[in-house]
Amino acid sequence: MGSEILIDLDRCSGCESCLEVCPFSALEMRDGKPVVNEQCTLCGACAEVCPEGAIILPETAPSAGPETGYRGVMVFAEQRLGRLSEVAFELLSKGRELAQLLDAPLTAALLGRNLAPLAAELISQGADRVYAVDHPRVEGFTDEVYGEALTQIIRAVRPEILLAGATPVGRSFIPKVATQVGTGLTADCTDLAIDPEKKVLLQTRPAFGGNIMATIICPLRRPQMATVRARVMKRGAAKPGRPGEVIPFEVDWDRVAGKTRLLEIVEELTEKVRLAEADIIVAGGRGLQEGKNFPLIRELADCLGGAVGASRGAVDSGWISYAHQVGQTGKTVAPKLYLAIGVSGAVQHLVGMQSSETIVAVNSDPHAPIFDVATYGIVGNLFEVVPEMIRQLKAAAGRRE
Amino acid sequence: MEPLREGFFAPRLALCALPRRRKPITAMHIIVCIKQVPDARQVKLDPETHTLIRTGVESIINPYDMYALEEGLRIKERLGGTVTVLTMGPPQAETALREAISYGADEAVLLSDRAFAGADTWATTYTLARGIEKIGPFDLIFCGKQAVDGDTAQVGPGLAERLSLPYAAWVRKIEDLGEGLIRVQRLMDDGYDRLELALPALLTVVKEINEPRVPSLKGKMRAKSQKIPLYGAADIGADLKLTGLAGSYTQVIRVFAPLRAREKEWLTGSVENQVGQLLHKLATRQLIPFDIS
Repeated sequence: MGSEILIDLDRCSGCESCLEVCPFSALEMRDGKPVVNEQCTLCGACAEVCPEGAIILPETAPSAGPETGYRGVMVFAEQRLGRLSEVAFELLSKGRELAQLLDAPLTAALLGRNLAPLAAELISQGADRVYAVDHPRVEGFTDEVYGEALTQIIRAVRPEILLAGATPVGRSFIPKVATQVGTGLTADCTDLAIDPEKKVLLQTRPAFGGNIMATIICPLRRPQMATVRARVMKRGAAKPGRPGEVIPFEVDWDRVAGKTRLLEIVEELTEKVRLAEADIIVAGGRGLQEGKNFPLIRELADCLGGAVGASRGAVDSGWISYAHQVGQTGKTVAPKLYLAIGVSGAVQHLVGMQSSETIVAVNSDPHAPIFDVATYGIVGNLFEVVPEMIRQLKAAAGRRE
Repeated sequence: MEPLREGFFAPRLALCALPRRRKPITAMHIIVCIKQVPDARQVKLDPETHTLIRTGVESIINPYDMYALEEGLRIKERLGGTVTVLTMGPPQAETALREAISYGADEAVLLSDRAFAGADTWATTYTLARGIEKIGPFDLIFCGKQAVDGDTAQVGPGLAERLSLPYAAWVRKIEDLGEGLIRVQRLMDDGYDRLELALPALLTVVKEINEPRVPSLKGKMRAKSQKIPLYGAADIGADLKLTGLAGSYTQVIRVFAPLRAREKEWLTGSVENQVGQLLHKLATRQLIPFDIS
């Protein structure tokens, strides 16, 4: 019935390459040939790697083409408390590139109050048109009103591609929008491209905690929707005076049931620098041995104007709060510079920081897995290395004064 | 009227003080959606090939779903009612459901059919929604914030939309649960939002919400013997064009190992020298705000 992979046993050489790459342990060897079991999710990793081309994925795409009548790239421009999120600018820059490849306009959807200055910013950063919903109901974020507003904008404007930040807001309400509109959605993308032939959006994202990457398409439904991780795309330069149009958008509020009420927004800014937005992160791990040594990490971070991160080991030991945890069960970060101090680099930690631009690892064990992802490695005693870093940084700061 | 009302409520409040004979004010019917995933803690990276070593890796309940289950159990224990765990997966996902029963879930339902295989989140929410309609009326649905294998966080919100329910993602605390309403705190990047939702509703929870319990001996015994219904596509009236790979709007066209290899540079020499070299390189690349010369 076409929902299983097919293995051409005549072609199969029994090399077991497919078993090794299967992320789901869905293949086993029987009489020297692979057999697929119930764990199979049809991800295609085996077909990709098979040197004999003996593995065939079931045919999925019917012969029909994509839905027609959709054009352009739209970015959901997230704002909170009157400030546009950084990822909105990153998406405009990427959206501009995609729109050019498709020879189509780049638009932005903006929800909130007093939107004129924000809309102007979006235009200077590349938007051709901004659809603005200026209404008390979208002053704060609820999935219900944001979802309905963006759905109505999409139905009216019919963009071919819709991009939103993979933020707590985007990851919460965009799945509702995709379901309402009836299209596919790819979460947390780290790369976007246009297939030069088919003109479809190639959406690449990490899965399995970053251990495998998958490229996903939405062949038939429109718009093609993706949430995109912050700090992965580069923000472009603003061009003040760039022409663009702000279009006030009237939402039909009768369609909102009003079953969710935002009572209060509580800001808890415990850190001077927020982990997710920091350019520099200094992270400490179990190598610090004791909680009383953790302030060393904070001191180094302060010297660099960076934020403090931690491995799960350090958090579980009670040396620092969970808010600082980087990794699979903590935060995913991608700063320009990540210093891992006494962090061994368990895979759960690596997946949360490996997209950092530059990684410095300080560890006494030269075989620690953290060195696998490091740009610069120092094998040594962190209790000697870190104080020396602090000393030299302070000396340099002193020279500059 | 006032004295009468007081008189009416007083004995019930007294009853509430007796733990074993607590009478429910509102019995809550709770559904907890769980997913069976490979245990990431056992997954290691091959240092040479940077691929996953998954030999002998066990399946577990998605860690975030454990917080969803715990929260459901706590509400049931406070207000009375039932907790039903639901999963879609291969037949062996029954193990995850039995484990959930050992923690205290009352009922479990397995949605399993070859026609469900290869589902993206769109097809998954369709199938789960049909399964929930089969289970019957409910007050609350709990999901973990995301599954650790797919990491999409899309099934909870998508399922809520399928069932036309209000929902909140990233719930870190339930402040209040009253007649027809629930008040929650939603974790955001820079703090939290306080929200009120009309019931029935769906919540996806983060790990800050509670500390999951350990299974009880009684629960483990019950988990062994309890009958778990298995529903296929026909049992839940699912349209085969909308489930599994056939019903998925997204399509994986390529899976590959992430590029991990960087040009690594080991720093050598005395500690002072190593640190000096490092800071100089970082400064040259304008990664740190210092001029180290």
